[in-house]
Amino acid sequence: MTEPLLQVEGLCAHFFTPAGVLKAVDDVSFTLDRGEVLGLVGESGSGKSTTGFSIMGLVDPPGRVVGGRILFAGRDLCALSALEMRPLRGNRMAMIFEDPMRTLNPVLRIDTQVIETVLAHEAIPRVAALGRAREALAKVGVPETRLKAYPHELSGGTRQRVAIAISLLNAPDLIIADEPTRRLDVTVQGQIVYELQQLAAEAGTALIWITDDLSVIAGLCDRVCVMYAGRVVEQGRTEDVLRAPGHPYTRALIDAVPGSASSGDKLKQIPGTTPSRIDLSPGCAFRPRCPYATSECAQNPQMRPHGAAGQSLRCFHPLPAPE
Amino acid sequence: MTAGSERNHATPLVELKAVSKHFVRSRDLASRFARLARRDRGAVIVRAVEEVDLAIGEGESVGLVGESGCGKSTLGRLAAGLLPPSAGERLWRGENCAAQGRDSARQLKTQMVFDDPDAALNPLLRVLDLVGEAPVAHRIIASRQQIEYVGLQLNRVGVDPTLMRRFAHQFSRGQRTRIGIARALAVKPEFLVCDEPVAALDVSTQAQILNLITDLRAALDLTYLFISRDLRVVRHMSDRVAIMYLGRVVESGPTAEIFASPNHPYTQALLAAAGSLEPKKRAFVPVKGEIPSPAAPPAGCAFHPRCPYVMPRCRQARPSLDPISPGRWSACYLNVADG
Amino acid sequence: MARDETPFRRTRAAFFGGPSAVFGVVLLAMILVCALAVPLVSPQNPFTQPQPEVLEARLPPASPANGGGTFWLGTDDQGRDLVWAIAYALRTSLEVGVSSTLIALAIGLALGIGAAYLGGRSERVLMGIAGLQLSFPAFLIALSLLALLGRGLGSVIAALVVAQWAGYAHAARDMARTELGKEYIEAARCLALSPARLWWGHLVPNCLPALGVAAVIQVAVAIALEATLSFLGLGVSTGEPSLGVLIAGGYHDLPSGAYWVSFFPGVALVLTIVSINLVANRLRIVLAPRLQR
Repeated sequence: MTEPLLQVEGLCAHFFTPAGVLKAVDDVSFTLDRGEVLGLVGESGSGKSTTGFSIMGLVDPPGRVVGGRILFAGRDLCALSALEMRPLRGNRMAMIFEDPMRTLNPVLRIDTQVIETVLAHEAIPRVAALGRAREALAKVGVPETRLKAYPHELSGGTRQRVAIAISLLNAPDLIIADEPTRRLDVTVQGQIVYELQQLAAEAGTALIWITDDLSVIAGLCDRVCVMYAGRVVEQGRTEDVLRAPGHPYTRALIDAVPGSASSGDKLKQIPGTTPSRIDLSPGCAFRPRCPYATSECAQNPQMRPHGAAGQSLRCFHPLPAPE
Repeated sequence: MTAGSERNHATPLVELKAVSKHFVRSRDLASRFARLARRDRGAVIVRAVEEVDLAIGEGESVGLVGESGCGKSTLGRLAAGLLPPSAGERLWRGENCAAQGRDSARQLKTQMVFDDPDAALNPLLRVLDLVGEAPVAHRIIASRQQIEYVGLQLNRVGVDPTLMRRFAHQFSRGQRTRIGIARALAVKPEFLVCDEPVAALDVSTQAQILNLITDLRAALDLTYLFISRDLRVVRHMSDRVAIMYLGRVVESGPTAEIFASPNHPYTQALLAAAGSLEPKKRAFVPVKGEIPSPAAPPAGCAFHPRCPYVMPRCRQARPSLDPISPGRWSACYLNVADG
Repeated sequence: MARDETPFRRTRAAFFGGPSAVFGVVLLAMILVCALAVPLVSPQNPFTQPQPEVLEARLPPASPANGGGTFWLGTDDQGRDLVWAIAYALRTSLEVGVSSTLIALAIGLALGIGAAYLGGRSERVLMGIAGLQLSFPAFLIALSLLALLGRGLGSVIAALVVAQWAGYAHAARDMARTELGKEYIEAARCLALSPARLWWGHLVPNCLPALGVAAVIQVAVAIALEATLSFLGLGVSTGEPSLGVLIAGGYHDLPSGAYWVSFFPGVALVLTIVSINLVANRLRIVLAPRLQR
């Protein structure tokens, strides 16, 4: 068995704010094999985006990775300096952001930008780079007529496609996509999810898809990690987690989606709000909102295997599997 | 023929008849010169809404779905009486609104709940005033009753009344959405236009707010126009739904029927793209292309460049919105028998 | 847990977080106190002395005065005690700076917000006029007006108002446009609030923060403009106190070594402008996240 491409072990990333230490990512662990698609699902404040940024080394002050290891093809990314990270970023691993303008330069034409990215990592003649750029953009479906356009002249969907093309340029081993379709229309969203899935499968690129939309996870990911208040509360194969969720939060998340199996006249809502991650009370973070909480939950639960192969849970009272 | 009006023969509460709304991008000095030099592309007219009929009966909840550029927000504001139509008319209980002129009592009967919890509340006002300003200004309550009244309103939407002296920024997004709803309800409206009220919220907060809106409908006998980009939300919240594309209604009818068997290819595309929680890899091929700009709609049927079933006549003339069964309308040549 | 976190309190708390702001405010406060308290403590306004004490002209700092006491900063070319001369001149600077700014702000706000609210042709015409005026340097405009109006404190204020209103009008129009597009204004319309209430309760208060910052900076600009005009002999009339006049009076004496006549008024001018800028800068930083909303 080949070693996993990415192994995140006990990752902790904290933000040191005047109001206190915000534990954005608290003891997060998961693995990712080559060519696999992993979903990181959670609501705002769950730490999923910060996890993605931590892997890429993009956590800005006042935030910092304070603990754990990120093993990428055997190397611990946490131990690398900024200089050592540069040849990896954009080359072996790439990131796609919710707002494509984080990737794109508003004052350059898109073909220029793609060429620049190629030349940044490979010393080839400009003409060859232009050819690669054309190819890359054609692959994501950006028509030839739009090659000389500036980012602001393009629609949101096309901009995101250009950002995807840039990320795929150097055939990275890993792409982290942070809610890339959130701002896009539903039909365009469907296109991009589909296209990215095809492209990643073709190139053998592993994908981490960060989202709060369970239906995207269902249609795209092999495995999923559910995050809450900075911790992974459940992980496993997508079909196992969605069909037989073990953690009450996962169950609640599934129930809260309108149009899902158990909705009737009213949606099953989760009472309360996400806790502040600055002073998290000890014990299970979901306890104040959990219908099954007991006094046992005042202790901090650890990830333990549960149910089907590869599924694990952070809960003292896992839900029974449905009949 | 208005969508769904034969369901209850009573006069609809709100009716839009053949309304259109055009926005003309005004020319500045530079473009006037360009015109003189004959290098001008002509005035840019954005046809946000084009010849839409919409009738909403008392007590109904009608959903409006579409993607960006379809004009649903504009249509919502036309229905709320916030924008005057460029063509067509708005009727309230059968009477033409424009003919009657401005009537604040009538205006108060229609309220809106907005999509952006950050921009929807005046950041400089306390919640007490945000919610209480209009009722006091319109003498619905006396100013000495303001505190008590606002307390009641906040209670009803699930916000702690003791917090009423706080400012909007001190609340979470979900709470701000609730405050916006309280503000709208404080003037005792009959008709509520909700413009994507949960789009900016987390899934769990979304569920809470949707449940609140559902409860309020029953408790206060409200009529809703529910606008959303999310089909699943609309399905949950409305009895009837109209699907818009580039300023026109392309399909409408009872929600359950449309979701069970969508007729128009665009509706089908939307439903397919909306996704389900069925854990399997996407096997469907999504609809191609992007939404054209409302300033330059395609000839014929606006959807034809993206339609998997496009026929020659789709490019030539626009299909009209015709009834395909009682209570259901669709604008597609696939329904029309070849003559 | 917020005690009563009004936007004002929040801004105030954030404002004093920076050392430069504290320094600026302290300095400004000192200048203000100095300028306001002067008539109460000074023996006599040196500018209204019937005849200049030519014998006491150009005395260096710390020279003794004829009637007892010391000229701590020296005297100017007219024999005025620089300490009091500068203090009175600061009063003029602040008076001109603050009043011209406030009046220009009021006019600019009214016209700018009105233009945005009315839209269409009215907006284009008003902004056209403002834009046209903005293309001329403020100094030139003030100068031309003073040529018409003649010298004097009132003329200077009027000239500065005319020179500055256009900037406020433009900024106010932009701010008002942004705010008018926001949903809370739509909500106010939906709630059938009267135009007056919409204006004074919602629109104007939300346009003020950004313009307030601009106005504070403009006070410094106006002060500098007044000093320049007076330096050139075109601002306040003879006999009226002004830092510009004092600096002009000692200008020729610099080569001969009587530096203090120009230097100390110059320092006073610089300190005033710097303190205002520090305060304005801090205000801008503090209000910036809100302005971006």
